[in-house]
Amino acid sequence: MSSTTITPDRVAARRRPAWRSSGALGLGVATLWLSIIVLIPLAAVVVRSTDGGLSTFWDAVSSRQAVSALRFTLLVSLLTAAVNAVFGTMIAWVLVRDRFPGKRLVNALIDLPFALPTIVAGLVLLTLYGPRSPFGINIAYTQWSVLLALLFVTLPFIIRSVQPVLIELDREMEEAALSLGARNFTVFRRIILPNLAPAILSGGALAFARAIGEFGSVVLISGNVPFHTQVSSVFIFKQIESDAPIEAAATATVLLLVSLLVLFAIRLVGQWGSRHDR
Amino acid sequence: MTVSRPWRIALRTVGLVYLAGLLLVPVGVVFYRTFEHGVGAVWDSITTPAAISAFTLTLEVTAIAVPLNAIFGIVMALALVRGRFRGKGLLNALIDLPFAISPVVIGLSLVLVYGVHGWFGGALADAGIQVIFAVPGIVLATIFVSLPFVVREVAPVLREIGDEQEQAAATLGANGWQSFWRITLPSIRWGLIYGVVLSVARAIGEFGAVSVVSGQISGQTQTLTLLVQKRYTNFDLSGAYAASALLAVIALLTLLAMTLINPRREEEDRA
Repeated sequence: MSSTTITPDRVAARRRPAWRSSGALGLGVATLWLSIIVLIPLAAVVVRSTDGGLSTFWDAVSSRQAVSALRFTLLVSLLTAAVNAVFGTMIAWVLVRDRFPGKRLVNALIDLPFALPTIVAGLVLLTLYGPRSPFGINIAYTQWSVLLALLFVTLPFIIRSVQPVLIELDREMEEAALSLGARNFTVFRRIILPNLAPAILSGGALAFARAIGEFGSVVLISGNVPFHTQVSSVFIFKQIESDAPIEAAATATVLLLVSLLVLFAIRLVGQWGSRHDR
Repeated sequence: MTVSRPWRIALRTVGLVYLAGLLLVPVGVVFYRTFEHGVGAVWDSITTPAAISAFTLTLEVTAIAVPLNAIFGIVMALALVRGRFRGKGLLNALIDLPFAISPVVIGLSLVLVYGVHGWFGGALADAGIQVIFAVPGIVLATIFVSLPFVVREVAPVLREIGDEQEQAAATLGANGWQSFWRITLPSIRWGLIYGVVLSVARAIGEFGAVSVVSGQISGQTQTLTLLVQKRYTNFDLSGAYAASALLAVIALLTLLAMTLINPRREEEDRA
């Protein structure tokens, strides 16, 4: 990548940026904007979660319903990331290495879950896999329905993260292994998988992060049954609706913490991946 | 990998069946359900006063949120790529927050700050400004969720093109404004457009955050996605399908735009 090579003239250019004064002003305004829209509100969630005192906070986050919702959210999100890691890697392989008519169309459609509003995604899945299913498959209001919705919305993450790595992957290694008598599965396990691992992991982490916060696609199909199909985001929504914003903030703080940890993990995996590259 | 033919076909079949079962068949069934009672019924259902006002509100909110995000995105990307300052890594990480946070938490966070009992809510109410359960809240929520798209698309392009051309322009006597309009902006054009397309799709489609701050007053604070849910919970299935189909068409147009822009964007990225 040319961005990593710093030529002497570029170093010189860095020393006297023409836009310095306007750049500092722009940075200030942009940071202020980020604070007003994102940072202050998120700080408010954390700070106001203890408005009723620490015991109220603890009661809210340790209530049976909150714990059960969080446990289900984490488990189903983990399962989502795992299933899509397998199918996502497979689809990425098919899109990169296989040839068949209509491949470009399939490739374009992969991004559909990103473009389709989540509430529409929920309705779409409910139509096919709900009580009015034309094929008689009804999983609405079960835990499987939540998994299905999460698989739908997180599908592109792993495919789009594995695809470019697979395109760049040097095929000579595979051919060498094959010529030395390795079987397909050995080549996959010893050569392809280790090379793709950082991409699969970071795509999986993105899918996991998205899944734990997902709301729109889950809200209709899950039926929101407490202790069964209720995920944390829907639980928080119900608390807001029943006018308990402080309790909602407490549960949200826990969810926020999990999101931040995942974000941090993604950065670590990213650094590991770029070290892996060289 | 030089996989044998039966294996290749097996992998292809499993992959495509997974995609079909998860994506294509469900979306197809929704279009089928939408039009099963004829086009006239669909038209009637998306031209009711509530539907038209929801559509208009969605477009208005998008028209405010996306340009603001585009300007923020360019300025922030320039600062992150060209600037050298303390806390750059932290700022870079903070930009991604909206992608990692639940839409419901985003909605709640805005209520806690701009709601009647929020940090700034009291002062805003005294000034006669209602944010939560009104249009400004919906705009704030939409800006929040679509904030990172333009930064994330423009920053890599800026990094790739470097600043030699801008330096050359400056030595030839161009001021900062001129070199931005004539050099920087044209070279980040496709990355910027791609980011804007993603922002528009997200702005039109946002549901969770908007549903917390909107209050769902029909004809006033009801966006298109909220209308889908309202109709569904009121057992107006065909109405919900009609509004969904409209949103699905917008999504497909977004995909088309992405597919058309992507090659040019990648070219720009490599330039």
